[in-house]
This record gives sequence, structure tokens and C-alpha cells, in this order.
Amino acid sequence: MTDGFDASSTDLVGGVRRAPRAPVAETSEGAQELATRSATPPEELAREVGAAVLRIPEGGVAGAGDIDVERPSDETMIINMGPQHPSTHGVLRLMLELDGETVLRTKPVIGYLHTGMEKTAEELTYVQGATNVTRMDYLSPLNNELVFSLATEALLGVELPPRATWIRMLFSELQRISSHLMWMATNGMDLGSTSMMIYGFREREMVLAFFEKTTGLRMNHNYIRPGGVAADLPDGWEDDIAVICDTVLERTYEYDELLTGQPIFRERTVGVGSLGAEEAIALSLTGPILRSTGVAWDLRRTMPYLDYAKLDFDVIVGTYGDNFDRYAVRLNEIRESIGLVRQIAERMPPGDYRVQDRKVTPPPRARIDESMEALIHHFKIFTEGFRVPEGEAYVAIESPRGEIGCYLVSDGTSKPYRMHIRGPSFVNLQALPTLLRGGLIADAIATISSVDPVMGEVDR
Amino acid sequence: MTDAAPASTGEGVAAPSEPGTPQAPEPGTPQAPERRADELAFPTRESYHDLVASYKAAGFEMLADLTGVDYLSHPGRALPPGIQAERFEVVANLLSLSLRRRARVRVQVPEDDPVVDTLWDLYPGAEAMEREVFDLLGVRFDGHPDLTRILMPEDWEGHPLRKDYGVGRVPVQFKEAPGPR
Repeated sequence: MTDGFDASSTDLVGGVRRAPRAPVAETSEGAQELATRSATPPEELAREVGAAVLRIPEGGVAGAGDIDVERPSDETMIINMGPQHPSTHGVLRLMLELDGETVLRTKPVIGYLHTGMEKTAEELTYVQGATNVTRMDYLSPLNNELVFSLATEALLGVELPPRATWIRMLFSELQRISSHLMWMATNGMDLGSTSMMIYGFREREMVLAFFEKTTGLRMNHNYIRPGGVAADLPDGWEDDIAVICDTVLERTYEYDELLTGQPIFRERTVGVGSLGAEEAIALSLTGPILRSTGVAWDLRRTMPYLDYAKLDFDVIVGTYGDNFDRYAVRLNEIRESIGLVRQIAERMPPGDYRVQDRKVTPPPRARIDESMEALIHHFKIFTEGFRVPEGEAYVAIESPRGEIGCYLVSDGTSKPYRMHIRGPSFVNLQALPTLLRGGLIADAIATISSVDPVMGEVDR
Repeated sequence: MTDAAPASTGEGVAAPSEPGTPQAPEPGTPQAPERRADELAFPTRESYHDLVASYKAAGFEMLADLTGVDYLSHPGRALPPGIQAERFEVVANLLSLSLRRRARVRVQVPEDDPVVDTLWDLYPGAEAMEREVFDLLGVRFDGHPDLTRILMPEDWEGHPLRKDYGVGRVPVQFKEAPGPR
């Protein structure tokens, strides 16, 4: 018996304090939830069981007649998973309809982490905006900052010095390594390999230590800003990078021994949660999920941004689009990113790390003491911010989870009129009903993990 | 309205979005070399679905993003002749994997009848995105299979991304804060 949180609903009967009545209606998400079969209209049921992908010209998808709309409700069971389930990677809530151990229907119910960050962005200047977006996908914050900065610069029309571009690429790739390592760790844990979790976090910590050294923070850096980056690379950064690259690369081969060839791991992942390329494209999936189906779509290669066109790397693709392919794609992307980091470190150009436009970036600290204009510019940038010409732009980059896009509308003031982030996790979550359908409930955990949702970005 | 860009920083740079010619990317705009201008299209509400369907037939396989903007306090934006600016705008970002191109379809949605056709029948991936636009802006999508709120609670009133939605404030509680007793 817990203490009643609402004193009015507790009754004192014979001096005994009863537990308050459970406020069932208050926790309901109403129509956002998965309804029972009897309460679901047939066409809606057909959609949830798979008709949404029927119009995709793909063999093996159930026809409308195959769907057992008439199945009595008492044969199936709707269970609720989350939002506080340890393996849902945050506050993802799934409602699953089960027949025994088989998953029939799935519906993600999201919004538990919604804090209105797109609305907040309309109240922040472009200078402050990066601190807001960096908190969305908290496992790859630098990519969020990067896409916001690129969108702002597309409207501003500033040309970045090469060193700023290359530092951005360096951090984007390091972030990819750390994000995929984090995914390897949590995915390992979901499959029962707790040692993988320890190893993944250990390696990620090396990358985060370098981030801390450069940006001052392990996460949510506000390092990539409109106009360049916040600070130059620290002394001896080449040595740090070399150590990270050597160690992580060596460790990926240990993961191979730990997971890739291991029979239990393969048993749990090969052929589980598979997805076709047409389905993936129709559902707007991007990133490792799309590539695991065999579509070689990586924005770094197909629509190059920054200076990726000058770098040499492979786009990793899978074949079957199952959990194992998604694992293999991410593992090999770590290796490709290590190769990219080495190339970037080798070819890092000298020069400025931010654009020397006093309207966009603040003057050096020393100039403020000697120049009136520098003081004014510094004051203006951090109080009013800079004005961005009227217009709108959509910029997309390849984050570890897929295409992260920023749609920015400017009305000519120093605050965005509208800032929309296309979160890859938000869109990729739509794959879950398709991925889980017909699978076992025990595999559901591994499949959810293989989508790699970050709820901060899903709910924004 | 023409390019009334505040001349503070941008030196009159034509952002790729300022639509002089709506259907084609503007040639020779001064912009970063890695960034090609997206194709822009401004259909009417009636021709929106057909236009997107023709884009899909032309090789735009994926709906990369769908979002909306409330232009309540910024009405004077550049639109091609014949398109009347309305309060809401639904923006669909189409992506062609085969042509490696993007196209952006911007459709005007009036305030008194905020309904537009769904793209779900063309792109099943539009489902969550249209639900988000409905939830946060209150634009309804005709033909959407499950138009419910997605981010806000089901019993929420209002649509938070509208410009006339009060941001609200949390009273900073010091003395008034109820104590633990």
C-alpha cells in the first residue's frame, strides 16, 4: 500500500486507509493507443496488420484476404511495453498485440519526451539555437549542431574557411564512431551480452574524452556554430586522434570475436526483423536501416556536403535488411569512419576555424580591449544576434541514424521564424510495426534496438 | 514581395529558396558549391496531390520530410504569381535516390479550412510526419488513416506551433512554493 498521492480519493473505512483508486483514464493516450480487434475498423486493422505496405510491389506481403479480421479478441492479448521499459532506449512506449509469443500488431506511442524544442527555437537567436538543437539527438549532438549551422549558413550565404569545414568533418566522423559504439553497447545488452555493453561504453569514453578536451563538454557541446566552430583543435590533437583510431579499430576486431561469429548472437539476429528495400524507401527510412536493405544511399557520398567529396570511403550496405545486417553495417561504418578520421587528420588545412565576419562570429577576446568596434560587435552578437536574410532552406546531412534535416524559415530577424528538424529516429520508428510483425516477442527487444531510436530526437 | 533582405550580413545572397522561378533551380546563384538548389514547386491545394504523384512517377521515390509553417506574423513572403499566400503552408521535401535530387513542394492551406490531401497513399512514410503537423499546427490531412495527436497528450487543447498559441510561462516559485509538509 502506498501513500495516496491524492488525499481526496483515499477513503477511511473502519479506520483502515485504503489505497486510492487507480486513475486509469488519466494515463490513457486515447486514440493514440492500440485498440482491440473488436474496436478497430476492418480497414484500420488491415493497415496495422500490413496493408500499409501492400501497395508496394513486393512479393510475399499478405493480401487483404489473408488478414484475419474476424479473429476473436480473446485469442490475442494487447500488452503495453514502456514508456519505462529498460530496453526501450528512453521513453518509447509500444503496444503489442500478441498471439501466444507472436507479435501481430505493433503501435509505437511517442511524445513522452516532447518538450517543444521547435517552438523554443523560435524564441532563441541563431547564436543560441545550436544549444537547443544539440539536445535533440543526445547521442550525436554534433551532427544536430552541424545541420542547424549549415542551414543557417545556407541562408546567410557565408563561405567557411577550409579548416572550419574539416574540423566539422572530423567531429562528425568521431561522433559517428561514438554513436555507433554506444549502439553496439546497448544492442549487446539487449541481446544479453553485458560485456559488450562495458566494452562499448569504454571505447566511447575515449572519444568523449577528446570531445571534452576540445569543446569543454562530453555531450551537448555547442561546438559547431553558425560561422564555424567554437574553438580550434587543442595542442597535440593528432596524437589523441591516432590513439583513438588505433585503439577503436583494434577493438572492433575483438567485437568480431565477441559477437559477429558467435553462434548465440547469430541465432538471435540473422533473419530476424528483416525488411525489403522497397518497404524501407516507402517508409522514408534512412541511414543504416536503409543501407542494410542493400540501398547504397549515404548522403556523404550521394549528395556530398562539407568536403566529403574529397575523401575516400566506402558506403557499407547489407543484403537482407535483418538485425544482423544492421549490426554489420554499423560495425563496418565504425571502421570506415576511422579511415575517414585518419584522412581528415592527415589533410587538416591550416587557417581560421571560423569565418572572420564580425557580423557572424565574435572578435577575438584580445581585440575587445583595444577596439571599440570589436566591443560593439561582441555585444551585438551576444545580445541581439545576427540577422539572417529572408528565405527558407532545407539542409540534410547523414547522421549516425540517417538523414537529419533542418528546415529553416527566416523572416529577416535574428531569430528563426520556424525551425524544423527532420529527426531520423522519428521517421525510422515507423518501421517497427513492419519489422516486428510475425516475429517473436523475445526478438522484439533486439529489433527495437536495431532501429537505434533516440527518444530525444523522436519527441524533440 | 521582392528580396527585402536586411543588408546586414548577406550581401543580397539569393538563398536557394527565394523563388524567382518556382519550377527550376535558379542558375548562377552565389552559393556554396556543395549545395545545389532544391527544386521548388507551389501547387494549389487542389493540384497538390496530383503534383506530388507526378513527382513520384518522375523518380522521387522518397518523402524525406513533411512539415508545416504558420505564416501568421510573417505574411509577406515571396510566392510565384497566381498563388495566394495563406496562413499555413505544408512543406513536403521529396527525395529522388535515383536522380540524387531534392524537390520541395509548398502548398498553401487557408486558416478557415485547414485541410489538405494526405500523401500517405503515395508515401506510407508520411504517416507519422502528417500526424506531427496535425498535432502541432492543426492542419488536417484528408484521407490519412489515423490522424491522431502524436507528440502531445490526447486531451491537449490547441496546437503549440501556431504563432497565436501562447508560449505560456512557468511562474518562478520561491516563497509561494508549497513546502514538503
